[in-house]
Amino acid sequence: MTLITGITIFVLAIFIGFEIITKVPPTLHTPLMSGSNAISGITLVGAVLAAGHPGWQSQVLGFLAVVFATINAVGGFMVTHRMLSMFKRK
Amino acid sequence: MINAGVVTVSYIAATILFILALGGLSNQETARRGNWYGIIGMTIALLATVLGVVTQNYLELVAALVVGGSIGLLLAKRVQMTEMPELVAILHSLVGLAAVMVGYANFMDPSVHFTGVELTIHDIETYLGILIGAVTFSGSVIAFGKLSGRIGGKPLTLPGRHLFNLGLLIATIWFGREFVIQSAAGGGLTPLLIMTGIALLFGIHMVMAIGGADMPVVVSMLNSYSGWAASATGFMLNNDLLIVTGALVGSSGAILSYIMCRAMNRKFLSVIAGGFGTGGGSAAAGGSSEDQGEVVPISADETAELLANAKEVMIIPGYGMAVAQAQHIVYEITSSLRAKGVNVRFGIHPVAGRMPGHMNVLLAEAKVPYDIVFEMDEINEDFPKVDVSVVIGANDIVNPSALDEPDSPIAGMPVLECWKGTTSIVLKRSMATGYAGVQNPLFFKDNTRMLFGDAKETLDAVFKAL
Repeated sequence: MTLITGITIFVLAIFIGFEIITKVPPTLHTPLMSGSNAISGITLVGAVLAAGHPGWQSQVLGFLAVVFATINAVGGFMVTHRMLSMFKRK
Repeated sequence: MINAGVVTVSYIAATILFILALGGLSNQETARRGNWYGIIGMTIALLATVLGVVTQNYLELVAALVVGGSIGLLLAKRVQMTEMPELVAILHSLVGLAAVMVGYANFMDPSVHFTGVELTIHDIETYLGILIGAVTFSGSVIAFGKLSGRIGGKPLTLPGRHLFNLGLLIATIWFGREFVIQSAAGGGLTPLLIMTGIALLFGIHMVMAIGGADMPVVVSMLNSYSGWAASATGFMLNNDLLIVTGALVGSSGAILSYIMCRAMNRKFLSVIAGGFGTGGGSAAAGGSSEDQGEVVPISADETAELLANAKEVMIIPGYGMAVAQAQHIVYEITSSLRAKGVNVRFGIHPVAGRMPGHMNVLLAEAKVPYDIVFEMDEINEDFPKVDVSVVIGANDIVNPSALDEPDSPIAGMPVLECWKGTTSIVLKRSMATGYAGVQNPLFFKDNTRMLFGDAKETLDAVFKAL
């Protein structure tokens, strides 16, 4: 049953994504990329869960994944912030 | 610490904040707030997971977060705006790598017990998660190599490369079946490792086969993959937050890929199949250069005079402007001309630069106000009224043969029709062709003047002459 629920929200989320992203102007496509990339750093949650598993192999992989996903999330959000601060009107 | 209900509510809150973060990007005014929504969403999701689910290893966890966070901060602070495509590519690779590691960690976890159909479903989810993650990882590393010039931009066209890819696909499916069977018997690591190797190879081969001209599509596509990788991880962990967030990012990247393909009048599949944009510089396609006539060069002083006497000026930047780091001097010239009452505007082609929106960010960095920067569709009608168009380091995006010559490799690609204005000044290092390897008849038109040299140096000279 969880798979069906998963697929349902997956499909709905794709539709929401489509609706939102088509409204983003081309000017902001680079911040969109870095921002959405930062958001996909949500793998961090999976990494944190993995790091909490018993068994040293899972933990080592989990901690490495936490480091990588954090680089991705923090780096992505900060660089997006930096870029958006540059956009000024005349 | 906090109970499961609170964790669920926090995840829903994070999902909403991520949707608002992407929604905020619909205009410049709300974009900054949107980014903060994203940061808050990520923080809430992380806190809920750490406080609600994790029961041990807090110290190591905090250490890993601090290390990752510091590296991320450093990367974000240090990166040059011209290097944005490289940074985005490397960040994509990290999402892929993290997804692969989470997949393995989850597979090796002795406390995860499923049986029957549930086990099969879980195995397929794990397999797909690692597969997508590995392709994203190796593909992004190669994209990074190509963007940063460490790997040549030429597409690698192995003989029988489509058959090779097909073989990899069939092997992946076969090992998937093996994995499911062996996993039910308590094993399965070997087919999983072999598949990971195949996926890494596929990612490398896929991006190697794609030429420099198609880089904006590749970067968008990998953006999409990084989302699907997060989603697959979500399925594996039965975590709705990851499923939804991954789907949002995945569809975002897919739409950007589509927009980029449309801007080049190319089919997505033919881009992925690769082999385009050999960069050989031959004029074999799109008409020979001899019958095009002579090019007319112009000096920096004459350029300055033309610009100062114009009423309407359109600047068309391309990747060459980024390479020459000429965006700042372009801004100086722009403000000086605008002070004299010249209406200077910028026309941006969707695939100018190496990633979607790259030019806009570079111009924003150089303090060019975004309300004089226009998209191709907004200003292409205006060219007949433009006195001087200045093409800086762009080639294929101003090539009239895309419209006139049906057999040109770039035929049908929408281009900025600057030749319809009174005069076009093209800044170029040499007469070499663009990424598409197509000769550009614009250079030989009667109303085109060529300003040869490094864009930054020549524009410095133009600015002094103003």
